Amino acid sequence: MSKSPRPSPRDLLGEALAGLAQRPARSVLTMLGTVLGTGAFVAILGLTATAAGQIDQRFTALAATEVTVEDIGGADPADTAASFPADAAARIAGLNGVRHAGVYWPVSPSAPRFAATPGAPANQEELAFVAAEPSALAAARPTLRAGRLYDRFHADRGDNVAVLGAAAADRLGITRLDGHPAVFVNDTPYTVLGIIDDVQRMPDLLLSVIIPTGTALRAYQPPHEQRAKMLIETRLGAAALVASQAALALRPDAPERFKVTAPPDPQSLRADVTSDLNSLFLLLAGISLVIGAVGIANTSLVAVLERTNEIGLRRCLGARPVHIATQFLTESTALGLLGGLVGGSVAVAAVVGTAVLRDWTAVLAPWTVAAAPAIGAGVGLVAGVYPALRAAWIEPAAALRR
Amino acid sequence: MTPVISFTGVGLTYPGPPPVRALRDASVTVQPGEYVTVVGPSGSGKSTFLNVAGLLDRPTEGVYELDGVDVSRLRERQRAALRGQRIGFVFQSFHLLQYRTTTENVALARLYAGVPRRQRAMTAVEALDRVGLAHRRDALPLVLSGGERQRVAIARALAQRPSLLLCDEPTGNLDSATAENLLELLDNLCADGLTLVVITHDPQVAARGQRTLTIRDGVLHE
Repeated sequence: MSKSPRPSPRDLLGEALAGLAQRPARSVLTMLGTVLGTGAFVAILGLTATAAGQIDQRFTALAATEVTVEDIGGADPADTAASFPADAAARIAGLNGVRHAGVYWPVSPSAPRFAATPGAPANQEELAFVAAEPSALAAARPTLRAGRLYDRFHADRGDNVAVLGAAAADRLGITRLDGHPAVFVNDTPYTVLGIIDDVQRMPDLLLSVIIPTGTALRAYQPPHEQRAKMLIETRLGAAALVASQAALALRPDAPERFKVTAPPDPQSLRADVTSDLNSLFLLLAGISLVIGAVGIANTSLVAVLERTNEIGLRRCLGARPVHIATQFLTESTALGLLGGLVGGSVAVAAVVGTAVLRDWTAVLAPWTVAAAPAIGAGVGLVAGVYPALRAAWIEPAAALRR
Repeated sequence: MTPVISFTGVGLTYPGPPPVRALRDASVTVQPGEYVTVVGPSGSGKSTFLNVAGLLDRPTEGVYELDGVDVSRLRERQRAALRGQRIGFVFQSFHLLQYRTTTENVALARLYAGVPRRQRAMTAVEALDRVGLAHRRDALPLVLSGGERQRVAIARALAQRPSLLLCDEPTGNLDSATAENLLELLDNLCADGLTLVVITHDPQVAARGQRTLTIRDGVLHE
């Protein structure tokens, strides 16, 4: 007789679920807090991951391999000398990890007039006039619509050649190169070697008439009002290194004359975006989880008091306190679990819906989705402890009182 | 023959302040198959007697043997097991789970004894047949009459296959015609060999028993 019987766990689970199913409306309302809490949790993590993924997409290899060096001049504002040495491109090209590097600057003759024929009226006032080293053009990663780019040869000789951006060519009315057209800048002809259809960097080149730096230096003033810049294309991952070395490599005597812009570190960028919002909303999610827990605890306690008779009856039928506690604990845990499932599902739908509306790619870490029911169940379990203990403490004789 | 209930100088004093001696020096035996009724005015100690006999309360003095086992020394889990296996309770207010069918209610009796679900359902159906409710197997308690509900409660007690059926005012919530029906059922169960202890304040109910114990101010008399 000393052996105590053991009800099967499946039967105890059945009893607990039957307890929940008895009052579906109340169960649903009790779940609400947990639904909101876990839903908020998953939605926040999902949305921030999605947004961060979006940033990652924009943060392409293109941006990660671009370094720009600006000539900011010396401390003395009257010092208008160009900071870039004549062999700037060669100096930078010697650095490890550099693919293309070239200087460019806006050429500023007084009131440039552009025309496709000599003596034509000035009607293209919006075009820019840019001097760029061939390697600067290469670093901009152009695709050509027609012809070719000028090269070192043209630059060294100072030939009067030009490359047109697609928009500039359209405005000038130059569409074909088989007649060797020229563009006239203040009536100085430049033979058009090529038309750039598109660039991946420096999109303002598309609206520009571009000539070699050698040509520009021969015909015009060196840059001083608008100072020269250098565009460097690095190998993937070398940008930070190149950026740290560029100024010294250009002018070991005066590295402070340059401002080097390196791409931001993608990891810190992502962290910046996510961390601020994340912590705030996760706090809110935490608060709603606590509210959910209080709701479950409250309802369970009321249910225990209401079901005193039932508990006494079960004790009379041979239930031990642990069976009673298990039943109520299972009920509250199941409530929390259900709440977590519903909340997680709603949140996944919300994240996917947002992504679809915004044309984003939904990014959801599987563990965040899987965590929702687990968190819900945990909340239910914790919330159910006190009511379950109260239930277990009820004396079986209570059932006999009417 | 081993008596079902054997009280030897059993007493229960609820700790105060002030201490209440709800049951004093009770010595009584109930033999298998006996039909014993316990009467007394309210507050006399009937409930205490029931709680002690039903293993819901431990006596503070004396020895209580149930089926020859000294239960005052048993640990709580063993008392719970005995309660579920040896004693069938019938309450004045039925205590049915109102969202469960009669069969489920009756099947609950064997749940904590670890009996598999299917077997419990079979036992429940048999017990319902025995109390004449074969046609009410799938009904919810809400649609049953008071007499039918008490029969379900008795079926639940029977499903435990108890040595002792402990009834607390079983007819207290029933009208007299229904009560008569129910008492006939109890008579029949007794005739089948079941041991019955019925606690009541109704002299007519008390008269049905083979023996009547009177309790007054915590003191039990034959």
